[in-house]
Amino acid sequence: MADIATAIPAAAPAHEVRAARLSAFVRYTLLTVVGLIMLYPLIWLIGASFKTNSEIFGSIGFIPREPTLEGYVKGWETSTPYTFGRFFWNTFLIILPKTIFTAISCALVAYGFARFEFPFKRFFFATLIATLLLPNVVTRIPQYILFRDLGWLDSYLPLWVPSAFAGDAFFVFMLVQFLRAIPRDMEEAARVDGANSFQTLIHIVVPMLLPALISVMLFQFMWTMNDFLGPLIYLSSVEKFPVSLALKLSIDTTEAFDWNRILAMSVLALLPALIVFFMAQKYFIEGISAGGVKG
Amino acid sequence: MESPRIGLAYLAPYLIGLLVFTAIPFLGSLYLSFTDYNLIQSPVWSGMDNFRELMNDRTFMRSLRVTLLYVFITVPLKLAFALFIAVILNYRLRAIGFFRTAYYVPSILGGSIAIAVLWRYIFADAGLVNMVLTGMGLEPVNWFGDPVNALFTISLLRTWQFGSAMVIFLAALQAVDKSLYEAAAIDGANKWHSFVHITLPLITPVIFFNLIMQMVQAFQEFNGPYIITGGGPLKSTYLLPLYIYDEAFKNFNMGYASAIAWVLFLIIMVLTVVAFWSSKKWVYYAGDKRS
Repeated sequence: MADIATAIPAAAPAHEVRAARLSAFVRYTLLTVVGLIMLYPLIWLIGASFKTNSEIFGSIGFIPREPTLEGYVKGWETSTPYTFGRFFWNTFLIILPKTIFTAISCALVAYGFARFEFPFKRFFFATLIATLLLPNVVTRIPQYILFRDLGWLDSYLPLWVPSAFAGDAFFVFMLVQFLRAIPRDMEEAARVDGANSFQTLIHIVVPMLLPALISVMLFQFMWTMNDFLGPLIYLSSVEKFPVSLALKLSIDTTEAFDWNRILAMSVLALLPALIVFFMAQKYFIEGISAGGVKG
Repeated sequence: MESPRIGLAYLAPYLIGLLVFTAIPFLGSLYLSFTDYNLIQSPVWSGMDNFRELMNDRTFMRSLRVTLLYVFITVPLKLAFALFIAVILNYRLRAIGFFRTAYYVPSILGGSIAIAVLWRYIFADAGLVNMVLTGMGLEPVNWFGDPVNALFTISLLRTWQFGSAMVIFLAALQAVDKSLYEAAAIDGANKWHSFVHITLPLITPVIFFNLIMQMVQAFQEFNGPYIITGGGPLKSTYLLPLYIYDEAFKNFNMGYASAIAWVLFLIIMVLTVVAFWSSKKWVYYAGDKRS
């Protein structure tokens, strides 16, 4: 394990080197064991989705003895008139506008907070922090009544519209923190050259803000993908269900013992989030560290 | 030149949203909590009736107890785990990026219904966990049949997602000035002393942040119990958000549901205020680093 040795200052006495190597060994072992325990359920899930129903509760191992696609084929069909393809498409229909609205509205608001002085600015920023801590549970019922009165029930509007009004305070907060750390020189130069604040935003600020905006969009993607309660409250026709609701429906309607269908569809439900995460994990880690630490 | 007040124009989406989707609903649910409202007839003022009823509502009392128990188990467990792993990762390990990713994956997927489904399977009577236990010669555990175990199984699900708290801890740990440790080592401090007297005080702001965020989140847990246990057995995992959901969206008792929501909100608020108030005593802010 050469990489452990490099972590130790060269001039250390022999017994310290030995102690450091031992403790590095303990640490790696601990991390690996805990990591395996943590990831094994996911690995098992993937393996089990290719197992026959009789094997799922029969072995600890994840490699199927007789691999089968039965779970995927039958699960995809569902017990509704629609396939899971429809539910993935619905999820996409919810996510796409929501992500775009979020990025635009949060960028505008963060720009306002980070670059301008105006009356009640401190008060408004305080409300932002308060919303961050405000449990949704206390606003949910009147929101439902509002959307019902607008005739928006059983449509995607209740899921889309709040995001056009910077509905997730966390993202505004994250972008404000990010903007505060960016020097204003280029913006001031642009203003001197006669650009107005909106042109400055589009041509100077947005390009610099892009990494943070990508983080925001990725987080919104994940959260919306995983959102269950929102669709559960607002959507009632099966044809409009996103994947999360369809999965719950398939648990309720699938006959007992048809476990592999549900597991297979669970794998598919996790797949988009996993792919996006592995393609862009740096944005997640940076986003969450920035939002959390600089506060 | 434009007036700096143009900033207010950029804030417009937020201010409209704040009013329409947050402030008015917030006050609206306070009003509804003093009414009877079934969505068909208009709300009827009933004064303190809902709250008086709550005091005698055994389902509510049980649900409240279970919710508090759940939060007080889950939050410390999750934070302790997140900090422990972050401290280990913070040593100069080569594979830090790999481990950080591995530990973060459950957090990313965690809210998904698919994970709750997975939990149902691996903690089933003949599920993965019990197979491992019997394989090691231990007694299988009735995870969902026993009230205490069932709540703990859901706690475990959320503890399993310690990744995002860990990433925040790790970023804070990496920001600690290394020369402080060297100075302490010269003064004869061992690793444990350095951790208690240097690391912990310096990361208290982040501990505080994680504590508040995880607490607010835990009080609103819905997906886990809804999918995994359905609130059972014997209502042992029937957390307040489930009760609110049933009252509001199944029984359409909007007034009563709002009253429960407000009790939950007040509990969260009191605990948050206590945390903020106590933070003056234990959270350390270095100089004027905050901009």
